[in-house]
Amino acid sequence: MAVPLLSVADLQVGFATQRGLLRAVDGVSFDLAEGQTLGIVGESGSGKSVTAKTLMNLLPSYARVDGSVTFDGRDVRAMATEGERHFWGVEMTMVFQDPMTSLNPVKKVGEQIAESLRVHLKRSRKEARDEACDLLQQVGIPEPKKRLTQYPHELSGGLRQRVVIAMALACSPRLLIADEPTTALDVTVQKHILDLLDELREERGMAMILITHDLGVVKGRADQIMVMYAGRTMEQADTATLFSEMRHPYTEALLETIPRIDMASHTRLVPIPGNPPDAVDLGPGCPFAQRCRYCSAACLVDQPGLDQHGDGHACACHSPVGTEAGAAAHVSNLETGVTPAGLDMGTFTAAVGETA
Amino acid sequence: MAGSGSIQMRDSDDVVLRVENLVMEFPAGLKQVVHAVSDVSFDVCRGETLGIVGESGCGKSTTARALVQLPRPTSGTVTLDPGTDSRVELTDLEGEALRSVRPRVQMIFQDPISSLNPRRRVKDIVGEGLAIWCDEHPDVDVDARVDEVLSAVGLDPVVAASRRPHEFSGGQCQRISIARALAIDPEILICDEPVSALDVSVQAQILNILEEMKERFGLTLVFISHDLSVVRNVSDRVVVMYLGKVCEIGNSDALFSEPAHPYTRVLLASAPEPSTVVDASESAIGDEIPSPINPPSGCRFRTRCPRATELCASQEPVMEEMGPDHFVACHFPSTP
Repeated sequence: MAVPLLSVADLQVGFATQRGLLRAVDGVSFDLAEGQTLGIVGESGSGKSVTAKTLMNLLPSYARVDGSVTFDGRDVRAMATEGERHFWGVEMTMVFQDPMTSLNPVKKVGEQIAESLRVHLKRSRKEARDEACDLLQQVGIPEPKKRLTQYPHELSGGLRQRVVIAMALACSPRLLIADEPTTALDVTVQKHILDLLDELREERGMAMILITHDLGVVKGRADQIMVMYAGRTMEQADTATLFSEMRHPYTEALLETIPRIDMASHTRLVPIPGNPPDAVDLGPGCPFAQRCRYCSAACLVDQPGLDQHGDGHACACHSPVGTEAGAAAHVSNLETGVTPAGLDMGTFTAAVGETA
Repeated sequence: MAGSGSIQMRDSDDVVLRVENLVMEFPAGLKQVVHAVSDVSFDVCRGETLGIVGESGCGKSTTARALVQLPRPTSGTVTLDPGTDSRVELTDLEGEALRSVRPRVQMIFQDPISSLNPRRRVKDIVGEGLAIWCDEHPDVDVDARVDEVLSAVGLDPVVAASRRPHEFSGGQCQRISIARALAIDPEILICDEPVSALDVSVQAQILNILEEMKERFGLTLVFISHDLSVVRNVSDRVVVMYLGKVCEIGNSDALFSEPAHPYTRVLLASAPEPSTVVDASESAIGDEIPSPINPPSGCRFRTRCPRATELCASQEPVMEEMGPDHFVACHFPSTP
């Protein structure tokens, strides 16, 4: 990647709680080039939304942030402290998960779209209204003139999300962050919204960060994927590499656990045993060790660093899938029947045996 | 799109639940009526899993609630064991008679945390139905049964029993809900989007538990979800619903390998990783679901259907047989 548009280095976000410091994001780094899409995938609590909010300067003031965020050579975190408000909403914008709560219920949608044009770009009332009408057309809303004068409750979920996208695009941003933009929508609408985002990104040469919990959503759409777990980057690669040469056991487990349409009925799923860890008390080792079938003794005491596997493929694991270390750890776990973390390998073998 | 017609009904002694011409309407003010479920018929055989799939607002949850008479359907019948002498028509029962049948049909809900009383301990939540039921079955040991179902769903009874719901994660709360439903030994378990609120990593655990429980306790499941791949995984037979009507019913393999109804094809093409039996372009339909207060005439799907003609507007299609155990309500179904 030549000159990245956005560069995040060693981002740390913590929240002080009564039980101690909750590390929501722990050492996340990535680069995003102009016109590219980065997919961030992870479960709830993995820190993906906190990462997005940090970029958007939307964290509460008590959050403890460390690390650097550079956008086109400018220090984003310094802008936040200096109160530079014409950056967010103009160059970097965000689309949220729930289109109902991200729209103001007592303002007409036309006014809401026009607002950012008037505030940031100092458009006149009439210019802003005309542009808002154009934007609604661009996001595929029929009868845009009529919709401008409607309130959010008069629109369906899909249309509302299109309005939110129109708002985000109003000032022609260079980076759009979409945080689970389709999770609250029906499947039939979900595909339309994702396709729309893709088209708009291409037309405008915008960069995009697409946050989701579903690897299937980013598979055909993102250029790069970052898999997060417990606030840390587990694996990072371009999309094709990630799916063809998966290295991290968590990525593999995530893919295996999701039922697919082309599987026969009653195919036994391979679950990820246990629950995500407590972010306040992560302990020294790898956060996924307790649920991992490739777990080795080192995983419990030593937190793996993000190792390079060539071509920008990075993976934080002591015994990655598809390597000798990974195979050795798996074989030894199968022999003893339990992983060093005390997980019964039977939970995996029973499941795998039946699927085969 | 029609639920009219009953060709999909099976005439077997194995049928444990039969729903005929189910209609559910709600007043919407100004003398308007919401047609939530209109003339839906299906049956479920013993030991089978019936999946109900459709977009939000298609009436799948309303159907589930009508099965347990919460609230009572506007018209239509829900019958348990229809083919035997012990047949019970739930829609005819009232008061004590209905209450005594209720243990046979239990339900689990979408949001595991809000469906548990936060102020009660797990053993009381799981044991409540049992304690009431015990009045008629004095030989049941409540504590032993609570322990049994808790360990069946993978929770340690010693640790879990005296805790309260906030001490558990979403996936664990859903296990508690399942244990509560199983405690009084139901025949039919109705699952209304049981995994939609859970993380993908926990979803598979719950789906596997449901399969295990089905085998261990001899359950019949009615499984509702908007996620086609989940429904595909758990179901033997699938009902596709749209705006209160049934589009297509069939055994899971037939329906997913040869989807006949245009709406089923749209659903399959819209999935994040679309099915290979349909073309990706088939997902191109409008976003807007018509209002159930004033549903379209004829076939209710015609306003979004790529194949719609005048016939679809004037005449409601009737269920027709497409193949063995595969039925579709469409004037222009896809043929394999």
